[in-house]
Amino acid sequence: MSLALDGLTILAVCAGAFFFFAGTVGLLRFPDALSRLHALTKADNLGLGLVVIGLLFQMEGLLAALKLIGVWLLTLLAAAAVTQLLARAVRTSSPDE
Amino acid sequence: MAFDIVLVLLILGVAAWTLSARDTFAAVVGFIGFGLLLALAWVRLAAPDVALTEAGIGSGLTGGLLLGASTRLRGTETTASGETPSNAFYLSAGGVCTLISATLAVVLLELPAEAPTLAAQVAANLSVTGLDNPVTAVLMAYRAVDTLLEVVVLLLVLVGMWSLAPDHLWGGSPGRHHPADPDGALPFVAQLLVPVGILVGIHIFWVGSVAPGGEFQGATILAAMWILATMAGLVDTPPVSRRWLRLLLVTGPAVFFAVGFAGLALAGAFLAYPEAYAKLLILIIEIPLTLSIAATLALLVAGPPERARQQ
Repeated sequence: MSLALDGLTILAVCAGAFFFFAGTVGLLRFPDALSRLHALTKADNLGLGLVVIGLLFQMEGLLAALKLIGVWLLTLLAAAAVTQLLARAVRTSSPDE
Repeated sequence: MAFDIVLVLLILGVAAWTLSARDTFAAVVGFIGFGLLLALAWVRLAAPDVALTEAGIGSGLTGGLLLGASTRLRGTETTASGETPSNAFYLSAGGVCTLISATLAVVLLELPAEAPTLAAQVAANLSVTGLDNPVTAVLMAYRAVDTLLEVVVLLLVLVGMWSLAPDHLWGGSPGRHHPADPDGALPFVAQLLVPVGILVGIHIFWVGSVAPGGEFQGATILAAMWILATMAGLVDTPPVSRRWLRLLLVTGPAVFFAVGFAGLALAGAFLAYPEAYAKLLILIIEIPLTLSIAATLALLVAGPPERARQQ
Protein backbone atom coordinates (compact mmCIF):
# COMPACT_ATOMS: atom_id res chain seq x y z
CA MET A 1 0.00 0.00 0.00
CA SER A 2 2.69 2.48 1.02
CA LEU A 3 4.73 1.41 -2.01
CA ALA A 4 1.80 2.26 -4.28
CA LEU A 5 1.38 5.63 -2.53
CA ASP A 6 5.10 6.37 -2.92
CA GLY A 7 4.84 5.47 -6.60
CA LEU A 8 1.91 7.88 -7.07
CA THR A 9 3.86 10.62 -5.24
CA ILE A 10 6.92 10.15 -7.43
CA LEU A 11 4.76 10.18 -10.56
CA ALA A 12 2.84 13.34 -9.64
CA VAL A 13 5.86 15.29 -8.34
CA CYS A 14 7.85 14.37 -11.47
CA ALA A 15 4.96 15.54 -13.65
CA GLY A 16 4.87 18.77 -11.60
CA ALA A 17 8.61 19.23 -11.99
CA PHE A 18 8.19 18.77 -15.75
CA PHE A 19 5.68 21.63 -15.88
CA PHE A 20 8.02 23.84 -13.83
CA PHE A 21 10.80 23.00 -16.26
CA ALA A 22 8.62 23.68 -19.30
CA GLY A 23 7.36 26.91 -17.74
CA THR A 24 10.91 28.09 -17.06
CA VAL A 25 12.05 27.23 -20.58
CA GLY A 26 9.05 29.16 -21.93
CA LEU A 27 9.83 32.11 -19.67
CA LEU A 28 13.35 32.25 -21.04
CA ARG A 29 12.66 31.45 -24.71
CA PHE A 30 9.25 32.87 -25.67
CA PRO A 31 9.42 36.02 -27.79
CA ASP A 32 6.96 38.42 -26.12
CA ALA A 33 5.74 39.29 -22.66
CA LEU A 34 2.24 37.83 -22.99
CA SER A 35 3.40 34.36 -24.08
CA ARG A 36 6.06 34.41 -21.37
CA LEU A 37 3.31 35.08 -18.83
CA HIS A 38 1.35 32.18 -20.34
CA ALA A 39 4.33 29.86 -19.83
CA LEU A 40 4.84 31.09 -16.28
CA THR A 41 1.26 30.38 -15.20
CA LYS A 42 1.63 26.77 -16.33
CA ALA A 43 4.39 26.32 -13.78
CA ASP A 44 2.29 27.93 -11.04
CA ASN A 45 -1.03 26.25 -11.77
CA LEU A 46 -0.22 22.79 -13.09
CA GLY A 47 3.29 22.37 -11.74
CA LEU A 48 2.52 23.36 -8.17
CA GLY A 49 -0.87 21.59 -8.35
CA LEU A 50 0.75 18.29 -9.35
CA VAL A 51 3.44 18.65 -6.67
CA VAL A 52 0.71 19.27 -4.09
CA ILE A 53 -1.26 16.24 -5.31
CA GLY A 54 1.89 14.16 -5.06
CA LEU A 55 2.56 15.33 -1.49
CA LEU A 56 -1.07 14.67 -0.47
CA PHE A 57 -0.34 10.92 -0.60
CA GLN A 58 2.35 11.41 2.05
CA MET A 59 0.28 13.52 4.45
CA GLU A 60 -0.77 12.26 7.84
CA GLY A 61 -4.06 13.74 8.90
CA LEU A 62 -6.70 15.77 7.14
CA LEU A 63 -5.59 19.16 8.48
CA ALA A 64 -2.11 19.00 6.95
CA ALA A 65 -3.62 17.93 3.62
CA LEU A 66 -6.11 20.78 3.72
CA LYS A 67 -3.29 23.25 4.47
CA LEU A 68 -1.41 22.04 1.40
CA ILE A 69 -4.49 22.46 -0.77
CA GLY A 70 -4.98 25.90 0.78
CA VAL A 71 -1.43 26.87 -0.21
CA TRP A 72 -2.14 25.79 -3.78
CA LEU A 73 -5.44 27.67 -3.97
CA LEU A 74 -3.87 30.86 -2.59
CA THR A 75 -1.01 30.59 -5.09
CA LEU A 76 -3.54 30.10 -7.89
CA LEU A 77 -5.41 33.21 -6.84
CA ALA A 78 -2.27 35.32 -6.46
CA ALA A 79 -0.70 34.06 -9.70
CA ALA A 80 -3.88 34.63 -11.72
CA ALA A 81 -4.29 38.16 -10.37
CA VAL A 82 -0.64 39.12 -10.83
CA THR A 83 -0.67 37.75 -14.39
CA GLN A 84 -3.76 39.82 -15.17
CA LEU A 85 -2.12 42.96 -13.79
CA LEU A 86 1.13 42.36 -15.66
CA ALA A 87 -0.70 41.61 -18.91
CA ARG A 88 -2.73 44.79 -18.53
CA ALA A 89 0.43 46.79 -17.87
CA VAL A 90 2.02 45.28 -20.99
CA ARG A 91 -1.04 46.19 -23.05
CA THR A 92 -1.26 49.79 -21.91
CA SER A 93 2.45 50.38 -22.38
CA SER A 94 2.59 48.93 -25.94
CA PRO A 95 -0.79 49.19 -27.73
CA ASP A 96 0.45 47.57 -30.99
CA GLU A 97 1.00 44.15 -29.50
CA MET B 1 23.72 17.58 0.48
CA ALA B 2 23.64 18.15 -3.28
CA PHE B 3 20.56 20.30 -2.80
CA ASP B 4 22.34 22.42 -0.20
CA ILE B 5 25.35 22.96 -2.44
CA VAL B 6 23.12 24.00 -5.35
CA LEU B 7 21.21 26.32 -3.00
CA VAL B 8 24.40 27.99 -1.75
CA LEU B 9 25.70 28.44 -5.30
CA LEU B 10 22.35 29.89 -6.32
CA ILE B 11 22.36 32.33 -3.37
CA LEU B 12 25.90 33.46 -4.20
CA GLY B 13 25.00 33.78 -7.88
CA VAL B 14 21.89 35.86 -7.22
CA ALA B 15 23.85 38.02 -4.76
CA ALA B 16 26.57 38.69 -7.34
CA TRP B 17 23.97 39.42 -10.03
CA THR B 18 22.10 41.81 -7.71
CA LEU B 19 25.29 43.69 -6.90
CA SER B 20 26.33 44.00 -10.53
CA ALA B 21 22.88 44.96 -11.89
CA ARG B 22 23.05 48.48 -13.31
CA ASP B 23 19.31 49.08 -13.22
CA THR B 24 17.92 49.89 -9.75
CA PHE B 25 14.64 48.10 -10.41
CA ALA B 26 16.42 44.94 -11.61
CA ALA B 27 18.67 45.03 -8.53
CA VAL B 28 15.60 45.22 -6.25
CA VAL B 29 14.01 42.23 -8.00
CA GLY B 30 17.29 40.37 -7.52
CA PHE B 31 17.27 41.32 -3.84
CA ILE B 32 13.74 39.91 -3.37
CA GLY B 33 14.73 36.64 -5.04
CA PHE B 34 17.89 36.56 -2.90
CA GLY B 35 15.76 36.93 0.27
CA LEU B 36 13.45 34.07 -0.72
CA LEU B 37 16.42 31.78 -1.41
CA LEU B 38 17.91 32.81 1.94
CA ALA B 39 14.61 31.85 3.61
CA LEU B 40 14.95 28.43 1.97
CA ALA B 41 18.47 28.18 3.40
CA TRP B 42 17.13 28.93 6.89
CA VAL B 43 14.55 26.14 6.44
CA ARG B 44 17.42 23.78 5.53
CA LEU B 45 19.20 24.91 8.73
CA ALA B 46 16.06 23.87 10.68
CA ALA B 47 15.31 27.49 11.68
CA PRO B 48 11.75 27.98 10.36
CA ASP B 49 11.18 31.00 12.63
CA VAL B 50 14.07 32.86 11.01
CA ALA B 51 12.94 31.64 7.58
CA LEU B 52 9.45 33.11 8.11
CA THR B 53 10.92 36.43 9.22
CA GLU B 54 13.39 36.52 6.33
CA ALA B 55 10.67 35.76 3.76
CA GLY B 56 8.17 38.18 5.29
CA ILE B 57 10.26 41.12 6.47
CA GLY B 58 13.66 40.63 4.82
CA SER B 59 12.40 39.82 1.37
CA GLY B 60 8.74 40.91 1.22
CA LEU B 61 8.55 44.10 3.26
CA THR B 62 12.07 45.38 2.62
CA GLY B 63 11.61 44.45 -1.03
CA GLY B 64 8.43 46.53 -1.10
CA LEU B 65 10.23 49.48 0.50
CA LEU B 66 13.08 49.21 -2.00
CA LEU B 67 10.62 48.97 -4.91
CA GLY B 68 9.06 52.23 -3.71
CA ALA B 69 12.51 53.79 -3.40
CA SER B 70 13.53 52.66 -6.90
CA THR B 71 10.35 54.19 -8.35
CA ARG B 72 11.17 57.50 -6.67
CA LEU B 73 14.75 57.32 -7.91
CA ARG B 74 13.74 56.65 -11.53
CA GLY B 75 14.13 60.32 -12.46
CA THR B 76 17.75 60.36 -11.32
CA GLU B 77 18.61 57.03 -12.94
CA THR B 78 20.03 58.38 -16.21
CA THR B 79 22.30 60.94 -14.54
CA ALA B 80 23.45 58.38 -11.98
CA SER B 81 24.27 55.70 -14.58
CA GLY B 82 26.09 58.29 -16.70
CA GLU B 83 28.61 58.89 -13.95
CA THR B 84 31.66 56.66 -13.92
CA PRO B 85 33.42 56.56 -10.56
CA SER B 86 37.18 57.01 -10.61
CA ASN B 87 39.61 54.13 -10.20
CA ALA B 88 40.51 55.37 -6.73
CA PHE B 89 36.83 55.03 -5.77
CA TYR B 90 36.72 51.43 -7.06
CA LEU B 91 39.97 50.60 -5.29
CA SER B 92 38.93 52.04 -1.93
CA ALA B 93 35.49 50.35 -2.09
CA GLY B 94 37.13 47.04 -3.00
CA GLY B 95 39.72 47.53 -0.26
CA VAL B 96 37.11 48.14 2.45
CA CYS B 97 35.06 45.12 1.29
CA THR B 98 38.16 42.89 1.28
CA LEU B 99 39.11 44.11 4.75
CA ILE B 100 35.64 43.36 6.15
CA SER B 101 35.49 39.94 4.47
CA ALA B 102 38.98 39.04 5.70
CA THR B 103 38.16 40.13 9.25
CA LEU B 104 34.95 38.09 9.20
CA ALA B 105 36.84 35.08 7.84
CA VAL B 106 39.50 35.35 10.58
CA VAL B 107 36.86 35.71 13.30
CA LEU B 108 34.98 32.71 11.89
CA LEU B 109 38.12 30.57 11.89
CA GLU B 110 38.98 31.66 15.44
CA LEU B 111 35.60 30.57 16.83
CA PRO B 112 35.82 27.79 19.41
CA ALA B 113 34.93 24.38 17.99
CA GLU B 114 32.03 24.13 20.36
CA ALA B 115 30.03 27.32 20.01
CA PRO B 116 29.06 28.94 23.33
CA THR B 117 25.33 28.39 23.65
CA LEU B 118 22.52 29.06 26.08
CA ALA B 119 20.20 26.68 24.22
CA ALA B 120 20.30 24.07 26.98
CA GLN B 121 19.26 26.60 29.65
CA VAL B 122 16.51 27.92 27.38
CA ALA B 123 15.15 24.42 26.87
CA ALA B 124 15.41 23.56 30.58
CA ASN B 125 13.51 26.67 31.72
CA LEU B 126 10.94 26.72 28.91
CA SER B 127 8.08 25.62 31.17
CA VAL B 128 8.53 28.72 33.36
CA THR B 129 7.45 30.99 30.50
CA GLY B 130 4.31 28.99 29.72
CA LEU B 131 5.38 28.89 26.05
CA ASP B 132 6.28 25.84 23.98
CA ASN B 133 8.24 27.56 21.22
CA PRO B 134 11.77 28.33 22.51
CA VAL B 135 12.24 31.09 19.90
CA THR B 136 9.18 32.98 21.12
CA ALA B 137 10.34 32.39 24.70
CA VAL B 138 13.68 34.02 23.88
CA LEU B 139 11.98 36.96 22.13
CA MET B 140 9.27 37.60 24.70
CA ALA B 141 10.78 36.43 27.99
CA TYR B 142 14.56 35.94 28.18
CA ARG B 143 15.49 38.73 25.79
CA ALA B 144 12.30 40.79 25.94
CA VAL B 145 14.34 43.99 26.31
CA ASP B 146 15.81 43.43 22.83
CA THR B 147 12.34 43.02 21.37
CA LEU B 148 11.12 46.12 23.18
CA LEU B 149 13.99 48.17 21.78
CA GLU B 150 13.36 46.82 18.26
CA VAL B 151 9.75 47.96 18.45
CA VAL B 152 10.79 51.40 19.68
CA VAL B 153 13.32 51.65 16.82
CA LEU B 154 10.57 50.79 14.32
CA LEU B 155 8.42 53.57 15.73
CA LEU B 156 11.31 56.07 15.57
CA VAL B 157 11.96 55.09 11.95
CA LEU B 158 8.34 55.85 11.12
CA VAL B 159 8.50 59.25 12.83
CA GLY B 160 11.77 59.98 11.04
CA MET B 161 10.20 59.13 7.69
CA TRP B 162 7.12 61.25 8.39
CA SER B 163 9.39 64.20 9.18
CA LEU B 164 10.55 64.12 5.53
CA ALA B 165 7.17 65.56 4.53
CA PRO B 166 7.11 69.24 3.49
CA ASP B 167 5.55 71.54 6.06
CA HIS B 168 2.25 72.11 4.25
CA LEU B 169 1.65 68.34 3.92
CA TRP B 170 2.48 67.57 7.55
CA GLY B 171 -0.28 65.47 9.05
CA GLY B 172 -1.69 64.56 5.65
CA SER B 173 -2.21 61.17 4.04
CA PRO B 174 0.79 59.11 2.93
CA GLY B 175 1.26 58.12 -0.71
CA ARG B 176 -1.04 58.53 -3.65
CA HIS B 177 -4.74 57.78 -3.58
CA HIS B 178 -5.45 54.63 -5.58
CA PRO B 179 -8.89 54.91 -7.16
CA ALA B 180 -10.77 51.60 -7.15
CA ASP B 181 -11.22 50.07 -10.61
CA PRO B 182 -14.52 48.15 -10.42
CA ASP B 183 -13.54 45.79 -13.28
CA GLY B 184 -9.91 45.39 -12.25
CA ALA B 185 -8.25 42.20 -11.10
CA LEU B 186 -6.71 43.90 -8.07
CA PRO B 187 -9.92 44.86 -6.22
CA PHE B 188 -11.26 41.36 -6.96
CA VAL B 189 -8.22 39.61 -5.54
CA ALA B 190 -8.07 42.04 -2.61
CA GLN B 191 -11.69 41.29 -1.69
CA LEU B 192 -10.96 37.56 -1.77
CA LEU B 193 -7.48 37.53 -0.28
CA VAL B 194 -7.63 40.17 2.46
CA PRO B 195 -10.08 38.29 4.75
CA VAL B 196 -8.11 35.05 4.27
CA GLY B 197 -4.82 36.89 4.81
CA ILE B 198 -6.06 38.50 8.04
CA LEU B 199 -7.00 35.05 9.33
CA VAL B 200 -3.61 33.65 8.33
CA GLY B 201 -1.86 36.58 10.02
CA ILE B 202 -3.77 36.02 13.26
CA HIS B 203 -3.07 32.28 13.01
CA ILE B 204 0.68 32.83 12.50
CA PHE B 205 0.71 35.19 15.49
CA TRP B 206 -1.30 32.78 17.64
CA VAL B 207 0.71 29.61 16.91
CA GLY B 208 3.87 31.55 17.80
CA SER B 209 3.66 30.23 21.38
CA VAL B 210 3.86 26.57 20.29
CA ALA B 211 5.22 26.55 16.73
CA PRO B 212 7.18 28.77 14.31
CA GLY B 213 5.44 32.12 14.04
CA GLY B 214 4.92 35.08 16.30
CA GLU B 215 4.03 38.73 16.42
CA PHE B 216 6.53 40.02 13.84
CA GLN B 217 5.62 37.42 11.21
CA GLY B 218 1.89 37.75 11.87
CA ALA B 219 2.12 41.54 11.83
CA THR B 220 3.92 41.47 8.47
CA ILE B 221 1.06 39.49 6.94
CA LEU B 222 -1.51 41.86 8.45
CA ALA B 223 0.46 44.85 7.13
CA ALA B 224 0.62 43.24 3.68
CA MET B 225 -3.16 42.85 3.70
CA TRP B 226 -3.60 46.51 4.62
CA ILE B 227 -1.25 47.51 1.79
CA LEU B 228 -3.10 45.25 -0.66
CA ALA B 229 -6.47 46.75 0.31
CA THR B 230 -5.00 50.25 -0.08
CA MET B 231 -3.49 49.53 -3.49
CA ALA B 232 -6.77 48.05 -4.69
CA GLY B 233 -8.53 51.25 -3.64
CA LEU B 234 -10.78 49.46 -1.14
CA VAL B 235 -9.53 51.64 1.72
CA ASP B 236 -7.51 54.83 1.84
CA THR B 237 -4.51 55.38 4.09
CA PRO B 238 -5.71 57.68 6.87
CA PRO B 239 -3.97 61.03 7.47
CA VAL B 240 -1.06 60.48 9.84
CA SER B 241 -2.45 63.09 12.23
CA ARG B 242 -5.47 60.94 13.11
CA ARG B 243 -5.56 60.31 16.84
CA TRP B 244 -6.76 56.68 16.57
CA LEU B 245 -3.89 55.90 14.20
CA ARG B 246 -1.29 57.32 16.55
CA LEU B 247 -2.86 55.49 19.49
CA LEU B 248 -2.72 52.26 17.46
CA LEU B 249 0.96 52.86 16.77
CA VAL B 250 2.00 53.52 20.37
CA THR B 251 -0.32 51.15 22.26
CA GLY B 252 1.90 48.09 21.65
CA PRO B 253 5.17 49.60 22.90
CA ALA B 254 3.29 51.42 25.71
CA VAL B 255 1.75 48.19 27.01
CA PHE B 256 5.17 46.53 26.70
CA PHE B 257 6.73 49.30 28.85
CA ALA B 258 3.84 49.17 31.34
CA VAL B 259 4.21 45.42 31.86
CA GLY B 260 7.97 45.89 32.06
CA PHE B 261 7.72 48.46 34.86
CA ALA B 262 5.04 46.37 36.61
CA GLY B 263 7.63 43.57 36.63
CA LEU B 264 9.90 45.89 38.58
CA ALA B 265 7.34 45.98 41.39
CA LEU B 266 5.92 42.45 41.14
CA ALA B 267 8.90 40.30 40.21
CA GLY B 268 11.87 42.45 41.13
CA ALA B 269 13.25 43.32 37.69
CA PHE B 270 12.33 45.30 34.58
CA LEU B 271 10.34 43.01 32.25
CA ALA B 272 10.37 40.13 34.73
CA TYR B 273 7.09 38.24 34.75
CA PRO B 274 5.62 36.67 37.93
CA GLU B 275 5.84 32.96 37.17
CA ALA B 276 2.14 32.19 37.51
CA TYR B 277 1.12 34.92 35.07
CA ALA B 278 3.98 34.69 32.55
CA LYS B 279 1.93 33.37 29.64
CA LEU B 280 -0.97 35.72 30.30
CA LEU B 281 1.30 38.76 30.51
CA ILE B 282 3.15 37.77 27.34
CA LEU B 283 -0.20 37.52 25.57
CA ILE B 284 -1.29 40.92 26.94
CA ILE B 285 1.89 42.40 25.45
CA GLU B 286 1.74 40.49 22.19
CA ILE B 287 -1.80 41.32 21.03
CA PRO B 288 -1.50 45.14 20.98
CA LEU B 289 2.13 44.79 19.91
CA THR B 290 1.13 42.78 16.82
CA LEU B 291 -1.41 45.45 15.84
CA SER B 292 1.09 48.26 16.44
CA ILE B 293 3.82 46.55 14.42
CA ALA B 294 1.37 45.80 11.59
CA ALA B 295 0.31 49.47 11.44
CA THR B 296 3.92 50.68 11.63
CA LEU B 297 5.07 48.38 8.82
CA ALA B 298 2.13 49.27 6.57
CA LEU B 299 2.70 53.00 7.12
CA LEU B 300 6.42 52.59 6.45
CA VAL B 301 5.59 51.16 3.03
CA ALA B 302 2.99 53.88 2.44
CA GLY B 303 5.70 56.54 2.74
CA PRO B 304 5.76 60.11 4.06
CA PRO B 305 2.60 62.29 3.83
CA GLU B 306 2.07 63.44 0.25
CA ARG B 307 -1.47 64.76 0.27
CA ALA B 308 -2.61 67.80 2.22
CA ARG B 309 -4.92 67.11 5.09
CA GLN B 310 -8.55 67.59 4.12
CA GLN B 311 -10.41 69.78 6.57
